[in-house]
Amino acid sequence: MDRTVEARFAPPLAARIGLERTLALVARLRELGILVALAVIVIVVGVQAPRFLSVSNFEQILLSVSLIAIVAVGQTSVVLTRNVDLSVGSVVGLVAFVTGDLLKEHVLGVPGAILAGCALGLGLGALNGLIITVGRVPAIVATLGTLYVYRGLDFLIAGGKQVSAIDLPSSYLRIASSSVVGVPTLIVFAAVTAAIAAYLLRYSGTGRELYAIGSSPTAAELVGIPAQRLVFGAFVICGLLAGVAGVLWGSRFGTVNAFAAGGLELQVIAAVVVGGVNIFGGSGTVLGAVLGAALLGTIENALRILHLSQFWLQAIDGAVILLAVGTDAAIRSYFQRVLMRTGRR
Amino acid sequence: MIRVSTLRTRLLARWETLLVLLLIVFTWLGSSLSPYFFSGSNFSDLTSNLMEKAIMALPLALIIIAGEIDLSVESMLGLASALLGLTYALGWSLWLAIPLVLAVGALGGLLNGLLVTWARLPSLVVTLGTLALFRGLASVVLGPQSVSGWPSAFTNFGFGDVPGTLIPWPFVVFAVLAGAFTFVLHRTWIGRQLYAIGKNKEAARYAGIRVARVKTLLFILSGVLSALAGIVLTARFSSARADNGQGFVLDVVTAVLLGGVNIFGGEGTIVGVVLAVFVIGVLRNGLTLADVSPDTQSVAVGALLIISVAGPTAVRRIRSAWSNRRLTQAANTS
Amino acid sequence: MGWKRGAHIAIAGVMGLVLSACGGGGGGTSGGGGNLNIAFLPKQVNNPYFDVAASGGQEAAAELKGQFKQVGPSEATGAAQIPFIQTLTQQNVSAIVVSADDPNAIAPALKQAMQKGIKVVGYDSSPAPDARKVFINQADSKDIGEIEVQMVCDEIPGCSGEIAILSATSTATNQNAWIDFMKQALSGNSKYSGLKLVKVAYGNDDPQTSTTEAQGLLQAYPNLKGIISPTTVGISAAAQVLEQTGKAGKVQLTGLGTPNLMRKFVKDGTCKQFALWNVKDLGYLAYYTAALMVQGKIKGQSGDKFHAGRLGDYTIGSDGVVLLGPPFVFKADNIDQLNF
Repeated sequence: MDRTVEARFAPPLAARIGLERTLALVARLRELGILVALAVIVIVVGVQAPRFLSVSNFEQILLSVSLIAIVAVGQTSVVLTRNVDLSVGSVVGLVAFVTGDLLKEHVLGVPGAILAGCALGLGLGALNGLIITVGRVPAIVATLGTLYVYRGLDFLIAGGKQVSAIDLPSSYLRIASSSVVGVPTLIVFAAVTAAIAAYLLRYSGTGRELYAIGSSPTAAELVGIPAQRLVFGAFVICGLLAGVAGVLWGSRFGTVNAFAAGGLELQVIAAVVVGGVNIFGGSGTVLGAVLGAALLGTIENALRILHLSQFWLQAIDGAVILLAVGTDAAIRSYFQRVLMRTGRR
Repeated sequence: MIRVSTLRTRLLARWETLLVLLLIVFTWLGSSLSPYFFSGSNFSDLTSNLMEKAIMALPLALIIIAGEIDLSVESMLGLASALLGLTYALGWSLWLAIPLVLAVGALGGLLNGLLVTWARLPSLVVTLGTLALFRGLASVVLGPQSVSGWPSAFTNFGFGDVPGTLIPWPFVVFAVLAGAFTFVLHRTWIGRQLYAIGKNKEAARYAGIRVARVKTLLFILSGVLSALAGIVLTARFSSARADNGQGFVLDVVTAVLLGGVNIFGGEGTIVGVVLAVFVIGVLRNGLTLADVSPDTQSVAVGALLIISVAGPTAVRRIRSAWSNRRLTQAANTS
Repeated sequence: MGWKRGAHIAIAGVMGLVLSACGGGGGGTSGGGGNLNIAFLPKQVNNPYFDVAASGGQEAAAELKGQFKQVGPSEATGAAQIPFIQTLTQQNVSAIVVSADDPNAIAPALKQAMQKGIKVVGYDSSPAPDARKVFINQADSKDIGEIEVQMVCDEIPGCSGEIAILSATSTATNQNAWIDFMKQALSGNSKYSGLKLVKVAYGNDDPQTSTTEAQGLLQAYPNLKGIISPTTVGISAAAQVLEQTGKAGKVQLTGLGTPNLMRKFVKDGTCKQFALWNVKDLGYLAYYTAALMVQGKIKGQSGDKFHAGRLGDYTIGSDGVVLLGPPFVFKADNIDQLNF
């Protein structure tokens, strides 16, 4: 098939294969953009309050961001395929409570409870995937529904109880407060998860197929990619990682009630969007999502250090999201014009 | 082609009928779960609790039909409430404060509209950003305080009923709005434009429809009505707070989708949305009277949402599989 | 479009039938007589403090052979309490015993309940005074405020340095009353002149928010010497944060908490002392008062005297307030005495 025919029948895919390097450059530029923004904030705030620049403060930021980052990695794989998972907050909350309760009632030991929690997250993600692929329900609707259902199940199971730190074995609580080679365990964990996911997405065939599905579902199907199976897989991964975050949640906060992680989904999606992942799928990186989470976490920390009213935080978050998406759109339209010119040649 | 549209029309017809049936079933369920359900005062309470969400659902339905979405409605409600509280606390008369608040609603909607049409940003993300931005501004405006001490005429409007009946005042507002929306959507050319835009944006543009302008106006409308909902909520609670309306957006979106509006645009009716708002309200109220906690009720609402979308799709696929088989059979035998 | 018209008619029919015709039916007689069907509506459910109060209410219910139930929102907001008040009104309970998240937001709904003959008694945190007859205050608000400041002064070496308050929700009547008295004590009493209140943070009685706010306080004010948290959810979250960040002992913690949740922290020194009252007694007294009002034995006016079971005699003070008793200070040597 000559290029014109390809271009007519599967334009985005053909253009992508031809200009892969340009788009990889865009992704790198985007991540650089966040790093620049981070650097600016660090310098400006650091000058005002040197305390901001301390190692322990950076540790604080990374700790508070680590759980969101883990969930954001899973959300990225879903968003890449042009879907979204709104139920992650409820999954984290439900898994957190179930894990804590299993430990509190001495039903399972710490390793057993952790495995059970992860399995639960995986199962919930699979249910999401089934509703979307087999039930053909659009992801936003399906996960809006499961957001309600999973949170409701959480309340049914909790039935008015809460798990307090005194109910939990200290070995479990120590997971969040311990360190590996001086770096807190949670941060290491988040970093490792992100690294593995980034590697798989970039260098494995399955990873590239996820990008293809998101950038053009019709083209992907024409090329023979098993879209349904991969989307299902993406939701399973998202659920699993949310489950992991849920297991770690109880260790970090000690007290878990049925309301845990409420509203987390918006924070995660904000991180992903700020990180440059296109909500329409097809482009974005795990590194971007993690950096997005770090940026939002740094802003929050900066506000505290500067004694600025916490009430500005949400407004600033909103403005950052709009700015990030606006910048993305501007970059995208610029490169699209470049693409069109190169494509015709 | 004709067969497909008749099929769709028949399915739509069945959708509203289904909602009416659901309403009847849930009403029956509610009265069998609790003797206090089937009373005028209970329906009055139930309705007044729903009205803010119902008011916000109307423009959201139009926006989703036109192929976009607006998640920021609950935050505009909060910002409106906070602003109303601040101006009132500063001594402004309500006759001045209320139009100001509505104007701010329009401005917020304009921001959404411009970002979606002029900057060409996806509405999901834009309104996610403004969801945070407006709520944040509400906190900046009013802080953690609440403002009370409203004039009784105001609070009677929010909490009371039309004298001599059990109809809450906000329902009157909503009924008028719903009537207007139904008329515009189903009987005027504006409505047809919305469906056209939702079905195929490019074709609509080539047909001469000013897509950008229509969408911007829709977002402005959504902003104004969300601000109105904020005023009503403040009156009902006798309390202006920055966190008023938090968590509403999920219920509102669910009501619109349950009402038969297609998330991808181009389909849906106001009648369906109104019915869906009450279906959810009656379901929740019945369960509450039976002492089921609201959070547990969420399981039912979420399941309802999923089934309401998965069901018709499944039905459609079974039907087309059936008719395919019959066609192949016919082809094979001839 | 016949089906559309049909749907229109259907809605109109259902709404009209239901809203106008049925009138006030289904309700029956207003709550009264000897039937004791009393409901507790705390600020939020799944809160250990209110669960203990509920057990006191249940004890009183058993003694008086009445009914007890507790309903409430999982979020501590006034808005969330309103539907519950309306439901209880529909269910025609004889009395509602309520702790207000927002004294004004729930006032209209409570007034409607009172119009129907339902008795409204406030406990722990009072609704607007005209929306309830009697308010059972656990202890004098001034006493509570002063004891908090006193305890933090005892703990901080030299009674001088920066302190912060980690409260519950910003609108809770009781929290604001106590915080006001704390501020008065700090500025009015020369003993506390070395203490400086730098921030009041709000944990909304939610464990996560309280944890984040406590961490925020430590980050924003590195020279912080003490935290006062007059809420059970807040003080246990703050205690945990102090231990996790290794600041226990460097930043003193006190406030209001339950012995069971705080026992470990008192024994290892993170929180050397804190105050409370007998929460179970609070619930017991609240139920008793409501029951006596339902039975018509007291009217709920100032000066009314009544006998509340095992707690003895009480007099209703001005503004319909009944005081349970003085606050109780828990330390390492007495924390094992009480189990709640």
